[in-house]
Amino acid sequence: MGDLERQGALVYQKYNCVACHQFYGLGGYMGPDLTNVVSNRGEAVARAFIAAGTATMPNLGLDSDEIDAVVAYLAFVDKTGTYPAENIEVRWFGTVDQEDDPK
Amino acid sequence: MMSNGDTFAGLRFMRLGMLALAVGMFFGVIGGFQFLFPDFLREFLFTKTRPLHVSLVVAWIFLIAIGGIYHYLPRQCGMKLYSTRAVNWHFWVFVATGLAILGCYLSGQFGGREYFAFPPILSIPIFLTWILFGINYFMTVRQDKEPWPVYYWMWGTGIVFFFITYTEAHLYLIPYFRDTMVREIMVQWKSYGALTGSWNMLVYGTALYLATRIGGSDRYARSKMAFGLYFLGFFNLIFGWAHHTYLVPSETWIRTFAYFVSMTELFIFGKIIWDWRSSLEDWQKNQFCNAYRFLFAADIWVFINLGLALVISVPALNLFTHGTHITVAHAMGSTIGINTMILLASIFYVIRQELPQHVHADCSPQISFGFWTANISLAVFFTALILAGVGKGMYDGASFQDMMFSIRPFLIVFTLSGVTLMVGIWIVLWHGFRLIGVVQRAEHGAEAQPEPA
Repeated sequence: MGDLERQGALVYQKYNCVACHQFYGLGGYMGPDLTNVVSNRGEAVARAFIAAGTATMPNLGLDSDEIDAVVAYLAFVDKTGTYPAENIEVRWFGTVDQEDDPK
Repeated sequence: MMSNGDTFAGLRFMRLGMLALAVGMFFGVIGGFQFLFPDFLREFLFTKTRPLHVSLVVAWIFLIAIGGIYHYLPRQCGMKLYSTRAVNWHFWVFVATGLAILGCYLSGQFGGREYFAFPPILSIPIFLTWILFGINYFMTVRQDKEPWPVYYWMWGTGIVFFFITYTEAHLYLIPYFRDTMVREIMVQWKSYGALTGSWNMLVYGTALYLATRIGGSDRYARSKMAFGLYFLGFFNLIFGWAHHTYLVPSETWIRTFAYFVSMTELFIFGKIIWDWRSSLEDWQKNQFCNAYRFLFAADIWVFINLGLALVISVPALNLFTHGTHITVAHAMGSTIGINTMILLASIFYVIRQELPQHVHADCSPQISFGFWTANISLAVFFTALILAGVGKGMYDGASFQDMMFSIRPFLIVFTLSGVTLMVGIWIVLWHGFRLIGVVQRAEHGAEAQPEPA
């Protein structure tokens, strides 16, 4: 994690984003999971949502440096895996192997 | 029994805990309406109401469990507390820290971590009070030279492991942990699962203590089944957390191990309480009517939650339930249905045990009304969450707003049943708060009027 991403993680904490959003399905349920928001919707969309808010998400008033940092953090998280998991293998006794698992 | 006024220190924790639950549920209901109407109290965002709700209800669990331990050891276990001054420090530092945390939330100063949304500096006094509590507990119970009943072991283990797991929850402050996302998220959620295991030790220990005292026999607290539960709970505390992180990239053996561990603990706990209930005489049930019925409700919720826990602990099914409201149903069913019912039983056991004899006559119909309102509402609330979770589990990822719209009827039922759940619990809490006050005043020589309790 670089300095900008680290700063973005702190911004994510400062505005308590976890109250509404999730990574890997862990967090609040009021908003969507953000694990792969950058690859699914693109950085520009993520940036626009954060800057302007939506009908259900308030504009939290982040300044441009904070928006740059949190988008960099989301891009960093995006690279760590896929959620919901893809290319899974369900074993006969109920466990699951995922493509992203350490080999 | 001792009659020293200092032995009533635990009751202050209990009254504070009841206030915390009453206010915490209020913020939960506000959060429910914000789920339905995002503009509802827009100036008081969900980012504030959610941590206020979570922190206050977690405070409820700890305050009642801690208050019970501080009360039972000197009043009923025949041991003088090692330090009543430490109990007072514990209480007032807890109050000051709690107020500081609430102030941070209200002013928008967040640490931004799930469950611990306050700035991490405020964890320092929480650590310090826990050290005080641990020293006081172990220095007190060491006076008992007999082999310990299982609830002493459970309380002690809960205290030690809270300290360890709460420490672990703060490892993200060290760059080695926070700079690798998967490591950070695994350590975080491992610690949360184990932290829940540690408070379950305090609460289940309280349940077994109450079962022992109401039944008038230490047999269950010294049975092989009870110690089996203890060791299994301990094992689960250490290893049973992984169902939180099945979908985070990790080694398969971690999932498999957690899967098997998760299957067992609740079942044994449910069986102990069930067997204990069968062994009670009618006069014992009537003597502690409120405590008995809250324990009975907890037992029913154990079995209901067992079914759900089994489902979400199977990794193949967890693929569907993870990140949905089914997880919330699991959390709410456990914290309200099991933990809160046990802790309410503890409060009403203390009231019955400590009220002057002439004060209580019969079980209060108002408490019965609150009890049934709360439990029926919880059943509706729980079912609505599961149905909302099924709706979300079927979500194909296309439009989050469409998915939220499709589950809206269930969220409406969830919110409305949350209101009636709050009203039911408030009625019970009002009587509990008031009657604990009667106990405190009676200890200081005030006259109390006869009334149902």
